[in-house]
Amino acid sequence: MSTILEIKNLHKDFGSLNILNSINVTIEEGDFLVLVGPSGCGKSTLLNCIAGLEPITSGAITIDGRDMTTVSPKDRDIAMVFQSYALYPTMTVGQNITFGMKVRGIEKNEREEKLLKVAKQLQIESLLNRRPGQLSGGQRQRVAMGRALVRDPKLFLFDEPLSNLDAKLRVEMRTEIKKLHQNLNASMVYVTHDQIEAMTLATKIVVMKGGIVQQIGTPSEIYNRPSNLFVADFMGSPAMNLIPAKVANNGKGTKFTIARSRGEPLMLFDDNITKLPENVVLGLRPEDIGDAKLRKGDKLQISTCSVDVVEPAGADTYVLINLGGKEVTARLQAETAAQTGMEMAFTFNMDKVSYFDAQTGQRLN
Amino acid sequence: MTKLNSKYADSGYIQKLILRSLLFLLLGIFAVYYLMPLFIMVTTSLKSLEEIRTGSLIDLPREVTFTAWKTAWSGACTGIQCEGLRPFFWNSVLLAVPAVFISTLIGALNGYVIAQWRFKGANLIFSLMLFGCFIPFQVVLLPMARVLGIINLAGSISGLVFVHVIYGIGFTTLFFRNYYVSIPVELVKAAKIDGANFFRIFISIFLPLSLPIIVVTVIWQFTQIWNDFLFGVSFSEAGTQPVTVALNNIVNSTTGVKEYNVDMAAAIIAALPTLLVYVVAGKYFIRGLTAGSVKG
Repeated sequence: MSTILEIKNLHKDFGSLNILNSINVTIEEGDFLVLVGPSGCGKSTLLNCIAGLEPITSGAITIDGRDMTTVSPKDRDIAMVFQSYALYPTMTVGQNITFGMKVRGIEKNEREEKLLKVAKQLQIESLLNRRPGQLSGGQRQRVAMGRALVRDPKLFLFDEPLSNLDAKLRVEMRTEIKKLHQNLNASMVYVTHDQIEAMTLATKIVVMKGGIVQQIGTPSEIYNRPSNLFVADFMGSPAMNLIPAKVANNGKGTKFTIARSRGEPLMLFDDNITKLPENVVLGLRPEDIGDAKLRKGDKLQISTCSVDVVEPAGADTYVLINLGGKEVTARLQAETAAQTGMEMAFTFNMDKVSYFDAQTGQRLN
Repeated sequence: MTKLNSKYADSGYIQKLILRSLLFLLLGIFAVYYLMPLFIMVTTSLKSLEEIRTGSLIDLPREVTFTAWKTAWSGACTGIQCEGLRPFFWNSVLLAVPAVFISTLIGALNGYVIAQWRFKGANLIFSLMLFGCFIPFQVVLLPMARVLGIINLAGSISGLVFVHVIYGIGFTTLFFRNYYVSIPVELVKAAKIDGANFFRIFISIFLPLSLPIIVVTVIWQFTQIWNDFLFGVSFSEAGTQPVTVALNNIVNSTTGVKEYNVDMAAAIIAALPTLLVYVVAGKYFIRGLTAGSVKG
């Protein structure tokens, strides 16, 4: 395995406005890197910088060991799929796919051969003589991918390629992109604002906000050990519960006191951690709060809370309870007996808990 | 109940019929009003001078004769020269065709650069070009005469082409810029990654998309340039006058009897090319609008 893309200390300013700040990212051959963040976080700009479509202010970009910082897009050995597909409207599907080769002066025979191969791979053989205007959204998406595939580049770049599709097609195409990645063992950089897409596709995720990288890690690292409150809140659906708590040392471990609007405060204990500041935010995924009657395990702590809202979602039922002045979501089995207004025992899985500093928002454990 | 309904329906139908007839009557009156001068021009041009003198203006010609057309084309006198409109008509063709072609091409390139390769100051340059559209002809007459003198194009057809190209760029740029600005910038990005350069992207991707706006621009520019009189009369000399100037000379320089039939024929000949452009290109214009789906 060799390093395909290395971004070192990348800065990008637009006038006096700082768009990207100290970006350092490395991916290996076969990696699927997803850049994820809310709109305006600079993820698309970063992708354009990698493609060479936007100049960078300082830093370096290396693709497959070659310094590409000032190289023009066509010489970077990349292919890109755009959100709007950017198919050339007056060309047929076949011409769209082969345009790049034609520009580069590749022989007609070779062009035809590659075109047929890619068309077969993407099952668009029957569409080759149509124009983009005669295609459906999903078909256009395929053609756009075909245009990228035919290049056989070192690096594929995807700029929110699925966000123009309807929900069902999006899931289908997501799977297809994943399959494609597995079959080709290609290296990809993929931009999305959809955290589910990020989780399902990535081998490595970069979470960005305001032009700054918040966390880089595998999907499981990002999900289970978010490095700050922003990542914790952004990744996962429903979002991680972030519950303000007061900390007290009780000799062998730490005691957390969580205020409640009615009745006694909720107490939780963690023996494995000490030296926390006085105010922390507890991060618990909805699946780490469960129904005491049905969940079994060693480190589960049980406490009774009152149910505010019950939201059945088919496979699961989400129950909202009020803790520390916040709505907290618990993910229960579909057949739960929970009903609005009732008092119910919940388990809290303190094995999976994340602690964040209430002031800085940084992860503490 | 049903009877009542049908009765209402009947009265509604009659009302609609009356309104519709009124509408067509009104449209018909307007059409006649607009076509009347053309009718008189055509009929007068087909009459002999004798018949014009004795008959009424709106009568149809008793005897159709094309001598007036022949005279207008190759025999009428413009000042001392009596070669009709023909040489000047060709002057106009030699003037309008390159001027339309060059100004459209430059406008397309300008619009492409301003809309798709947004460089620093692109908006300022575009505003200045827009401003150029609103400068009245009269303002540029003297400076332009001086410039033409300096670059040694005074009194030549090339000089007139130059003037019309300069004057037209503002409009053509405006047309193309507004057309290209609605095309997603990602198209250029994709083509850049595909390896195409500035001109390749323009020729392979943008020009094929541009048929409707090219037709609009050509109609506009051709009409402007062909019908122009002021620049033509100011910047030409005896052999290089465009057809509009020659027409004026034919009508104004007749000695003795005024040959209305020749004047009318000459006027129609001078106006024919613009009519033709509308008839031929107008069809493509509408076809282009309906067929060219840019959004893809």
